[in-house]
Amino acid sequence: MALELTNVTKRVGVDTHIKETTLRLEPGHFNVLLGETGAGKTSLIKLMAGLDRVASGKIIMDGRDVTDLSTQKRNISLVHQFFVNYPHMTVFDNIASPLRIAGMAKSEIQGRVEEAADILQLRPMLNRRPNELSGGQQQRTALARAIAKESNAVFLDEPLANLDYKLREELREQLPDLFAGRGAVVVYATSEPEEALLLGGYTCLMDDGRVTQFGRTAEIYRNPQDLVSAEVFSDPPINTAPIHKQGNEARLNANVKWTLKDTAASLADGDYTVAVRPNHVTPVKSSRDLVPMMGIVQVTELSGSESSAHFLLGDQSWVSLAPGVHPYRVGDDHQFYMDPSKCFYFAPDGKFAA
Amino acid sequence: MAKITLSRLRHSYFPNPAGPQDYALKEIDLDWDDGGAYALLGPSGCGKSTLLNIISGLIVPSEGSILFDDRDVTGLPPAERNIAQVFQFPVIYDTMTVFDNLAFPLRNRRVPAEKVAARVKEIAEMLEVTDMLQTRAANLSPDNKQKISMGRGLVRDDVNVVMFDEPLTVIDPHLKWKLRSKLKELHQRVRATMIYVTHDQTEALTFADQVVVMQEGDVVQIGTPVELFDRPAHTFVGHFIGSPGMNVLPCAVRDGGAFLGDTRVTLEGAVSADAQGDTQIGIRPEFVSLATTGLEAKVRKVADVGRHNVVEAMLGDIRVNAIVEGAAPAQGETVHLNFEPAQTRLYNDGWIATEPGEAAQ
Amino acid sequence: MKTVNQRAWFFVAPVLLLVAFNALIPMMTVVNYSVQETFGDNLFFWQGVDWFEKLLNSDRFHAALGRQFLFTGIILAIEVPLGVIIALAMPRKGFWVPVCLVTMALPMLIPWNVVGAMWNIFTLPDIGLLGYFMNHTLGLNYNMTQDPLAAWITIIVMDVWHWTSLVVLLSYAGLVSIPDAYYQAAKIDGASSWSVFRYIQLPKMKQVLTIAILLRFMDSFNIYTEPFVLTGGGPGNSTTLLSIDLVKIALGQFDLGPAAAMSLIYFAITLLASWLFYTLMTRNDAR
Repeated sequence: MALELTNVTKRVGVDTHIKETTLRLEPGHFNVLLGETGAGKTSLIKLMAGLDRVASGKIIMDGRDVTDLSTQKRNISLVHQFFVNYPHMTVFDNIASPLRIAGMAKSEIQGRVEEAADILQLRPMLNRRPNELSGGQQQRTALARAIAKESNAVFLDEPLANLDYKLREELREQLPDLFAGRGAVVVYATSEPEEALLLGGYTCLMDDGRVTQFGRTAEIYRNPQDLVSAEVFSDPPINTAPIHKQGNEARLNANVKWTLKDTAASLADGDYTVAVRPNHVTPVKSSRDLVPMMGIVQVTELSGSESSAHFLLGDQSWVSLAPGVHPYRVGDDHQFYMDPSKCFYFAPDGKFAA
Repeated sequence: MAKITLSRLRHSYFPNPAGPQDYALKEIDLDWDDGGAYALLGPSGCGKSTLLNIISGLIVPSEGSILFDDRDVTGLPPAERNIAQVFQFPVIYDTMTVFDNLAFPLRNRRVPAEKVAARVKEIAEMLEVTDMLQTRAANLSPDNKQKISMGRGLVRDDVNVVMFDEPLTVIDPHLKWKLRSKLKELHQRVRATMIYVTHDQTEALTFADQVVVMQEGDVVQIGTPVELFDRPAHTFVGHFIGSPGMNVLPCAVRDGGAFLGDTRVTLEGAVSADAQGDTQIGIRPEFVSLATTGLEAKVRKVADVGRHNVVEAMLGDIRVNAIVEGAAPAQGETVHLNFEPAQTRLYNDGWIATEPGEAAQ
Repeated sequence: MKTVNQRAWFFVAPVLLLVAFNALIPMMTVVNYSVQETFGDNLFFWQGVDWFEKLLNSDRFHAALGRQFLFTGIILAIEVPLGVIIALAMPRKGFWVPVCLVTMALPMLIPWNVVGAMWNIFTLPDIGLLGYFMNHTLGLNYNMTQDPLAAWITIIVMDVWHWTSLVVLLSYAGLVSIPDAYYQAAKIDGASSWSVFRYIQLPKMKQVLTIAILLRFMDSFNIYTEPFVLTGGGPGNSTTLLSIDLVKIALGQFDLGPAAAMSLIYFAITLLASWLFYTLMTRNDAR
């Protein structure tokens, strides 16, 4: 039940919303669409779901060309960011609605609805109406409907965005398991890199209507194929700076330089962009090989167990992310250490170099 | 600017509350210093918005009183309290320019035009919206609109308190940290008493000097961000702050020690005598490590989140999360878990039940 | 490029047909009449734009058009502010909301000719409740069948009674859609009630109010039944609005040509004025 897009584009008037995209999503995989708001995630989902027509290209589901097929005939489910349920129906009827439309036998509907309700812990609420439920329960109802339907493809468009932080965490943990073993193509859109990492599976990075990289989540996190992909997949934002390579020395400015190793050392001399994730720039010198850099602390943030500092390095803004709490003072000079073994180097055209 | 005192405050939305379950806000006593940054943190329905509305005067509490600098304001309407509030959704006056929006609270109070212009200019510079001053506010992006809403809250220099009600809800994730840090910076420059209501731990911990954690109408803990993370007074705080939250493991207490099955677990300090109820061990995933000896557990799931791995192991039928740097075990593998004693605590009926100090055997 | 799907025409066709029968064909008939002279028996003579010229230069037409604009101007000036004021005064939630809404909707549910007949009887000096009260209790000399001013006031009061509700209901819909946070923010910003109205309520009501004004303009400009039943255009010609005059020419005198020409001019004026209104009211949105 693979879902294949071949040279798909979408235009609205003269604007191109989705640039030529070719993608193959395998059945049973959990696929995350990651990109900022406006990157084209929702547009792409609408094309795959058949809610919008492609301007050109082909969409193939399970070997069958569905490009011109309406949404109703594609056997898909869509869970939206806002809690979309029928307000006048009970939770049971909400979950059962697609099955009734499909003309399924009553006894089978009962079984399927109860199974889905059990998975999502909705059993005690089956007779309530959506407006008597909390936001989390409403969204679980929408998810249960998608599960009970046993569609070939399930599209989740930022389904957790409107939930409380902790609730989001709990539901996110369950999500991949919910769909595991059902053989459906699952597509989950989010704008938070952290969420993609926690969900695992496969990730498709999007920027400005274009898929920049697609692959196993952890793999593309570690091996960005271009600068844009590295930027899309980093929160806090990845640190970037122009460097000059001469021999095996990389020089960021007069004070910050380091020795290149392995493939980076064998690059042609010239200008590159270095990119290093905030968690590899820390206030602690944990190894001899770290590159020291002095920055002026601008802002500090604390998120539970980690603290981040935004600092100025010359005229560039850098971010450091480290476990624990650190005695930063805003406006002060502070010593940070960058791990050169974790640096990515990109050629002037943005392509990954080493 | 003012010091804020909440005294024996209770609120129920029912006219005749029968019991504690009818109270949206159970008894609250608080003192907030002049010029401090405070956060109210908790899930939806915990009573934080009710508390905020009581402070701003939109709700009159059923019982108790609110004092600004020892002046009782419990019965005063919002307009007479001299406060500012920033709402969840940006509230801007569509037909006005950004300048007029920022000037609005001042003009309403008949502040002289030169002072208005100077103050608006100053705030606009802080918010980095100077180049937008002459554009119509209706045409701004959501994050800029929210900046203007914040600006209107900050433009008056005589307010007692500025309140923020989940102000980053409509802001794009990649812009959130910018506004988060902007707010923090603003507090440092303006030095007004600020109260920030949110369900997001990062926002609360980043912004506030002191965080009030609320659950079901109760204040569970008040502390600095570090205190809340380091030594949660209640399992709820441990669970709510940190991601993943603190592991809460049901345990037995006998002979003054805590037992998981037959294994005695070393705690941070002595167990208090009244730990007779529902007892649990609380340990953060950051302080659970994999070792060669210790509690035997089976790995159920490993999530590679880039910076580290989150290992989910089953201790019998109890789930334990561990944050592991470097190589992670495979799914199904048997591992040994080691709890860092100084970070291992006993909770009795949800509340902390160990003495801080030297780890006791 | 993909081929454009032609099936869509199939779905649009019934509507096109309906519009053709409903509007286009009658309209073309009118255009046809407006350039010819007819003496019955299907005898037609080509007139060109004669009728239009004559009409545009006739005092009778000018007078009727003037009366029409005066009427529309007065009722707009009364109904729009009055409707907004009533909407502002209505409760936003609670038991009284449905009561108010139904009360407001009632006048609009009454057929137009019944409204005219009602007010006709209501104002009769000898047996009408209002007429009797004005003449016998207050001792005023009120008789709209004889006094043009009384006739005008009656027509206007009747229209206000009948149609202010429309403005009220639309404004109310605009008002209730304003989130509470706006009012709270305004309170905190120290805004006066006038500022709240000027900077929050009015801007948020603007779109529905635009629709309300347009509807009221078009309806009042084309009004026929009510004043016709109430005054019949009298006393004299004092309340002969454009529509009443048109029917007098067309049906009373059977001058189909001039009547057709007048219809077209009438239509053009309504269209032009509506367009002007709309552009004026929405021109600020683009900026």
